[in-house]
Amino acid sequence: MAKITMTVNGRQVAGTCDDRTLLVHFIRENLGLTGTHVGCDTTQCGTCVILMDGQSVKSCSILAAQAEGSAITTIEGLAQQGELHPVQAAFNAHHGLQCGFCTPGMVMTAVDMIRRHGGNLDEGRVRAELEGNICRCTGYHNIVKAILAAAAAMGGARQAAE
Amino acid sequence: MKPASFDFLCPDTLEETLAALADGGGDARVLAGGQSLVPMLNMRLARPALLVDIMRLEPLRRIDTSGDEIVVGAGVRQAELEAWPSLSRDLPLLAAVFPWLGHVQTRARGTVCGSIAHADPSAELPLSLVTLGGAVSLRSRNRKRKVKADDFFIGMMATDLAEGEMIEAVHFPKARPGGGYAFREVGRRHGDFAIVACAAVADDKGLRLGIAGVDDRPRVFPLPALDDDQFDDAINDIAWSLDARDDFHASARYRRELVRGLGRETLKEASRCRA
Repeated sequence: MAKITMTVNGRQVAGTCDDRTLLVHFIRENLGLTGTHVGCDTTQCGTCVILMDGQSVKSCSILAAQAEGSAITTIEGLAQQGELHPVQAAFNAHHGLQCGFCTPGMVMTAVDMIRRHGGNLDEGRVRAELEGNICRCTGYHNIVKAILAAAAAMGGARQAAE
Repeated sequence: MKPASFDFLCPDTLEETLAALADGGGDARVLAGGQSLVPMLNMRLARPALLVDIMRLEPLRRIDTSGDEIVVGAGVRQAELEAWPSLSRDLPLLAAVFPWLGHVQTRARGTVCGSIAHADPSAELPLSLVTLGGAVSLRSRNRKRKVKADDFFIGMMATDLAEGEMIEAVHFPKARPGGGYAFREVGRRHGDFAIVACAAVADDKGLRLGIAGVDDRPRVFPLPALDDDQFDDAINDIAWSLDARDDFHASARYRRELVRGLGRETLKEASRCRA
């Protein structure tokens, strides 16, 4: 058995699980945070993307034991005081989803993408960086629009704060 | 539970790690970033009795320059080498390869040496190591040895790694002054394993073409200096010398055709880039 302590969405958590437990299952089943989805289990589809120590990773291909001591952000940790994160708000405004199954992974990937590229994102870059996230409904068009809008809004917010 | 049961160790020292691998024998596997191994565990294609996590071993998490080699430790993640400030100067082939290697999220976790250990015949990093003429440092409780990349890969996901041994580092020869380097691949989707990938080097040692995705391991072929009208015949001979097979993704004939096309493009580009 593995004893796990980590920070999830700003909260210190501790738990015990089988050594073979995947991080995504620890998050969903031990912590009850079911916003992170499970798709392929093999790093292909991106529906399980979370932030681990600030970087987007695929939680289906990480053992919970490997995440010992890390800081995790899941989709549940983005909204602050009832206010949607700018990426969530942009997905809502631009209808960047249909069935919604891939959406948590798309949003977490977008948050990391905007962190790394900021105002340098363009459509080509967004489409290239979405290669690890599969959506079977939308054709990606509104997802790309939402990410570009969020990047612009967050860039604007940063400028306003400076 | 997706994976079958295993014991998990995360040692703090290399000595403990090597002892655990020695005791575990053929049922023990090293776990680094896990981006190849954990999917294999999930599909139960790998069922080790013991996993030994090496990511707490700080000495393995370094990129060092040693003479004319770049030495990448077993704990160095792909994203860390991708972001290494000297990459485009010292390893321009890898700078060209990284955007094709998995996805942002898998590069954030996966290690360089892990991809070498996994030895997928279509993977980009084994191809790069073989094409550049690199080497692999292996370590077990009782011995240390360094194996040439071309001797390390012995077949489909099979390497020269012995029981109780682990990769300690891989050695990439530094780019030679004025050398030209090129990489191209064709896959079903960007970020998937390639159907065929080609890497070419043109430097003062001559012209080399590396090919992945055709034989059961990456292969490299030295070529003499060629006139333009000799290129096609030389690459065609190479394409036919490989053991191309039909599979779910592509026919043997298509693979040979890709070798001709990508081989020509990469060799031309590497030659053009040669100062």
